[in-house]
Amino acid sequence: MEFYRKLQEFKSFNLQSYLDSIAPHHIEAILAKDNVTELDFPALLSDAALEYLEPMAQRAATITRKQFGNVIFLFTPLYISNYCENTCRYCSFACTHNIERRHLSPREIREEAQKIGDTGMRHILLLTGESSKKATLEYITDAVALCRDYFSSIGIEIYPLTEEGYGRCVAEGVDSLTIYQEVYDETIYHELHRGGPKDNYRFRLEAPDRACRQNVHSLTIGALLGLHDFRKEAFALALHLRHIQNTWPATEVSVSLPRIRPLVQDFALPDPVSDKRFVQLLTAFRIAFPSVGITISTRESKEFRNNILPLGVTRMSAGVSTAVGGHSQAPSTTQFEIADSRSLEEMKRDLLRAGFQPVTYDWNSRLLINS
Amino acid sequence: MNDDLIIAGKPIRSRLITGSGKYRDDRIIKEVLEAAECDIITIALRRIDLDRPDDSILNHIPEGKILLPNTSGARNADEAVRIARLARAAGCGDWIKIEVINDQKYLLPDNQETLKATEELVKDGFVVLPYMSPELATARRLVDAGAAAVMPFGAPIGTNKGLRTLDLIEILVEEISIPVIVDAGIGRPSHAAQAMELGVDAILLNTAIASSKDPVAMAQAFKMAIRAGRYAYLAGPGAQSHNARPSSPMTGFLRDE
Ligand code: SF4
Repeated sequence: MEFYRKLQEFKSFNLQSYLDSIAPHHIEAILAKDNVTELDFPALLSDAALEYLEPMAQRAATITRKQFGNVIFLFTPLYISNYCENTCRYCSFACTHNIERRHLSPREIREEAQKIGDTGMRHILLLTGESSKKATLEYITDAVALCRDYFSSIGIEIYPLTEEGYGRCVAEGVDSLTIYQEVYDETIYHELHRGGPKDNYRFRLEAPDRACRQNVHSLTIGALLGLHDFRKEAFALALHLRHIQNTWPATEVSVSLPRIRPLVQDFALPDPVSDKRFVQLLTAFRIAFPSVGITISTRESKEFRNNILPLGVTRMSAGVSTAVGGHSQAPSTTQFEIADSRSLEEMKRDLLRAGFQPVTYDWNSRLLINS
Repeated sequence: MNDDLIIAGKPIRSRLITGSGKYRDDRIIKEVLEAAECDIITIALRRIDLDRPDDSILNHIPEGKILLPNTSGARNADEAVRIARLARAAGCGDWIKIEVINDQKYLLPDNQETLKATEELVKDGFVVLPYMSPELATARRLVDAGAAAVMPFGAPIGTNKGLRTLDLIEILVEEISIPVIVDAGIGRPSHAAQAMELGVDAILLNTAIASSKDPVAMAQAFKMAIRAGRYAYLAGPGAQSHNARPSSPMTGFLRDE
């Protein structure tokens, strides 16, 4: 069944009263068992579970060590264009803001790629705003082709494409797709994304399925934390994950848990997530989805990132600039606030010190395509 | 007594095969390998940078070891074959561990695709060691296809649960003429010893060593457990049959005819 319809089926499910019904013995039972079910996951997000944060963290740490060892995969995001036709209320790149727009030329993309490649990083994530007129599919696939000279693994975080569009990206060498639904609650989604192509909730929601149908090797999905009650959002995200796992069992899936830090003046975050709740969320995901990768963004501070490393994190961005051209030129406007601005070198050193192996090479798109 | 393990005609002294992933720091790999005294090391080809092979995990593997690259990341036979060929082209030799996983949730191997890849790679001159779900019919087909060993899992990868598939593995040990190597699931030295006592030919493990607080000491512990299990297996059956003198025979009522 299409995920949109599956999600509709849960509309009548009263998550709040379910969460209220959870008692300590439920949590103890969940923590004692091997396989966590669909409804165990939200139970771990209940207030009752907050009392079990330490055992949850212990469990999450053990699972992570067994599944992934002491390894953290790193990647560097590269913003190539900030032209955007959308009005996302929380984003500085929205077309409602009068900012300097930049769009890297092929030569500039090469310069940026070279700069990042020189740090030893082999995984790149290409990002654009949503302007299919400016950052056309062609522009993006050309950028991918250029990047193949510098990187072994290329991911994209761009506007949702048609299935054919994903097919072209995969054929060009894209092996991973990152796409956040931003917010799963459909009403709030429309409130935050009025007008612009992004208004199409369902087209975005089912983008991961289209990419998987085109054989993308790995996929990261997520919701922006802070836009809506994190329990409801996490519940929907967990349903989405299960849907992907069941429909596309061969795809390597990760989940990303970004607490956003908007730089937009007149936008106050409706539902900020506290550190404690964040840890609850992170460990709940690890316990419910032992084999799923978990990405943490640079929006978390260096101290906080260091502390949550053992609790389930498997991937982090490093050497980040969220400005277009931010790696080799004077930076322009940034999309979000970055709290952790460590260079790749610093990040690697800190990870090693903390007992983790930083991995900057774990995949080569040449393993799959005929190039 | 010479008790070498023979794979594809090659005598191998150590019955412990370890991996090279999941370590907190790759620099420790050398020490772990010394402590474990392994002769065969598995390595995921996805971890060897094809464009910069010098700058990879290979640097940490001492000379004289047999490299056993695996096809981790392959989702079907074609991808496994492709990865195997790239491994050979990257200078990793002719040995290949086939790993075809198209279920990322449980990380269980796909026996059908594994068999297909084995057939193809054997024809291509590889020494093929397929990772598989312990199942007799497939194991027999793998033997027919020319596999050099079969590698059934004891429990799903990374679970450290031990020999959950014990009965099925016993059947393979009984029926399969090529080496049976338990790969995945072994969490403790006692699990490894138990498998060896049953007559399994070797053990491949990675997580249990890599995720231990002291990987070097754990490698040593596994080495000894595997030896102990092997000695017990060799000693076991013979000693028992010599002493089989039941005090009241169950067939004493039979007369010579
Ligand atoms: S979040 Fe993306 S789509 Fe929305 S305004 Fe920002 S760049 Fe455009």
